[in-house]
Amino acid sequence: MSTQPTTFTAHDGTVQELPAQPRMGFAKWLGVIGWRHLIGIIAVVFSAFPLVYVVSASLNPSGTLTGSNQLFSEVSIDAYKNLFKDPSRPYGQWYINTLIIAGVTAVSTVFLGAIAAFAFSRMRFKGRRMGLMSLLLVQMFPQLLAVVAIFLLLTWIGDIFPILGIGSRLALILVYLGGALGVNTYLMYGFFNTVPSSLDEAAKVDGAGHARIFFTIILRLVAPILAVVGLLSFIGSFNEYVIASVVVGNSADTQTLAIGLFQYVSSETNSNWVIFSAGAVLAALPPMALFIWLQKYIVAGLTAGAVK
Amino acid sequence: MSAKTPLSVEEREVAATKAHATYSGGLWPWVFKIAILGVLDAGALYAALVLLNENSWGALAAVVIGTAILNIIFIPPNRFLPAKYLAPGLVFLLIFQVLAIIYTTYIAFTNQSDGHILNRDDAIAAVMAQKVERVPDSPSYKSAVAEKDGQLWLIVIDPATKATSAGSNDTPLAEVTGVELSATGAPKAAEGFTVLSFADVVKRTQEVRALRVPITDDPNDGYLSTTTGTSAFIFRSTITYDAAKKAMVGSDGTIFPDGGRGSFLNPDGTELTPGWKVGIGFENFTKAFTDKAIAQPLMRVMAWTFAFAILSVLTTFALGLFLAIMFNEPRMRGQKWYRVAMILPYAFPGFLSGLVWAGLFNQEFGFINQILLNGAAIPWLTDPWLGKLAILIVNLWLGFPYMFLVATGALQSIPDEALEAAKVDGASPWQTFMQIKLPLLMIPLAPLLISSFAFNFNNFNLIYMLTRGGPQFADTALNVGSTDILISMVYKVAGFDGGRHDFGLASALSIIVFLIVGSISYLGFRQTKTLENLA
Repeated sequence: MSTQPTTFTAHDGTVQELPAQPRMGFAKWLGVIGWRHLIGIIAVVFSAFPLVYVVSASLNPSGTLTGSNQLFSEVSIDAYKNLFKDPSRPYGQWYINTLIIAGVTAVSTVFLGAIAAFAFSRMRFKGRRMGLMSLLLVQMFPQLLAVVAIFLLLTWIGDIFPILGIGSRLALILVYLGGALGVNTYLMYGFFNTVPSSLDEAAKVDGAGHARIFFTIILRLVAPILAVVGLLSFIGSFNEYVIASVVVGNSADTQTLAIGLFQYVSSETNSNWVIFSAGAVLAALPPMALFIWLQKYIVAGLTAGAVK
Repeated sequence: MSAKTPLSVEEREVAATKAHATYSGGLWPWVFKIAILGVLDAGALYAALVLLNENSWGALAAVVIGTAILNIIFIPPNRFLPAKYLAPGLVFLLIFQVLAIIYTTYIAFTNQSDGHILNRDDAIAAVMAQKVERVPDSPSYKSAVAEKDGQLWLIVIDPATKATSAGSNDTPLAEVTGVELSATGAPKAAEGFTVLSFADVVKRTQEVRALRVPITDDPNDGYLSTTTGTSAFIFRSTITYDAAKKAMVGSDGTIFPDGGRGSFLNPDGTELTPGWKVGIGFENFTKAFTDKAIAQPLMRVMAWTFAFAILSVLTTFALGLFLAIMFNEPRMRGQKWYRVAMILPYAFPGFLSGLVWAGLFNQEFGFINQILLNGAAIPWLTDPWLGKLAILIVNLWLGFPYMFLVATGALQSIPDEALEAAKVDGASPWQTFMQIKLPLLMIPLAPLLISSFAFNFNNFNLIYMLTRGGPQFADTALNVGSTDILISMVYKVAGFDGGRHDFGLASALSIIVFLIVGSISYLGFRQTKTLENLA
């Protein structure tokens, strides 16, 4: 590859622009740039096709998988209407359940993680280093491996507090919060450390207590990492199937989108396809909107080690 | 914050100092804190009473000690500050992560499965309940069905003593007072109970017939049951539990001994069901590796899990890196648009991706066979090998945007001097890539590749949504198939996909998965020295 930098570093350390390049000929353009566009277009088709397909399928009036193969041949929004009409498959209820479960989990995760990260970053206490280490180690055992234990645990807790037993959406949120500390805290801890502690000391001299320092000073300065952790947590519980299916999967009214939409197609793929596609398109809106909105923060967070 | 009426400067200063001494954050946070602690303590008190009633001493101690610790941490202002900030998250971590891990380990060493769910006492009661008969010539109790606390109760009059008593499915008979009798001598009304009318009894006849009121705490004494609601009879099991022999004894003297494996045995050696849960040592683990019916599918699943995780990392990384290098050309225009389009699969919810691709790959009606392959009938999801290929293709689609993002970031951080030096030394582009770029890229990317491996090792959603683990293995009774990975096998062995629940074996498999992922991650991270840079 004959990449030529458009800038170069001069001997005195300043960055200087190279003199403008002469326009390249078509053959050279093809060799240097053109093929890249070709591969880029292939990559874009590969990336975007399934999404275009599902949007097209959701608008297809035939209702079936077979009929969905002719992209955008006919357009109708019947599937979107029918989605909300089947009382045995309460899509609207699933949607609300999912938004509440994922939303409450995300907000609580950010809060629990942030206060823990604040303690690790700003306070010195016995077992601090050990605590950080153990948080990382505990996370090596993902919660979904403990699904049997969680099921039996909730069955038992449900005997004492029926509102926290199997079938309870609140119980599912509490289970998800078991993973609130861990990688999140670690990400936040790193970010908190970049906020100079002279800021809190100045506030302390002015008479601010620890709570005020945390809520009014630190929390504002670390907003980007809070957004990243909140989004990752939201998407994580939005997509979660294993634990959700065991905890709230038994009754149509308590299910989440992941469980409900899976059941839509696992029984009769062909005949339910269009209505499923409509459900999928609507379901994808909140996480994709959040993702695009917070995109620049996420890319920074990803390189810091968080995996979807 | 708290004062609404205007105060003099002096008063305000005094108030501020006072508030500061009690709680640094002001009055309302303090009220809030006490309110939350109050709710928590009330809940804990209630749980403690229930546990006391159930004689669950271990759990009771945990609740009492845990609540006490939380109160000690939070009540005194400005003390135990680190604990105040860590405790809320730790409570959840301890219950739903640490306790769940410990409990998983415990279950792995028991035979908990269908037929072995109950504890021993409940299993005895359940065995007896299956063999009940009306006691011959037993007297008839005049009775009435009543409702209290949302439960059905039976109010009866002892034919011999004329004493009135009441009980429910959960509560053995106990004397009640204030029972009003009708002309026929049957109970008509009772304090605290709502006696059901005849019409209500007919309406709820199934519930009424299911009423089994234990006469005493000892199941050997039998229970009262009614069909009409107006008269009840004593039913007793034809077999009883003999505590001295630790065995069940039939009315004809047959002994059903405790087999030592969580069940009583019939004379012919078969089990009486249900049994109860008992510890069985390492049996679940040895069974997983030596019992042919389990070990063979497990080995195939394990091999595929490794192949899937490794190939997923390699293919997504290769494609992501290739695209990142290709786009790392400042003269190329419109990059932003390419990037946005390529991030789409990453933003699309993961569980939906599997389902949408399952439609695309559908053998009879799917887009790939019908349109791209012009009506071919390739069994993408139902053939063992094509299923694996389809999974890798979909995971490539799902995973390359992430690799593209991180590789782009890492590429831009490679110092230009290194590349220039290579060029001056006459290195070919390929040499530059293999010997300079790739090693430099691996420094930041290696830990991410290990995380990606660990993530894919447990990538349940993709497998389950795309092929549901199928096609099923033909040569095993287990509900496992050729594209199942270990985590989906755990889910299926636990019976959450339908079929038999084997919690003990499923937990043992969980522990095995944890050991594999944990040790690979540990070795990998130690290699990349991430752990050293902690704190």
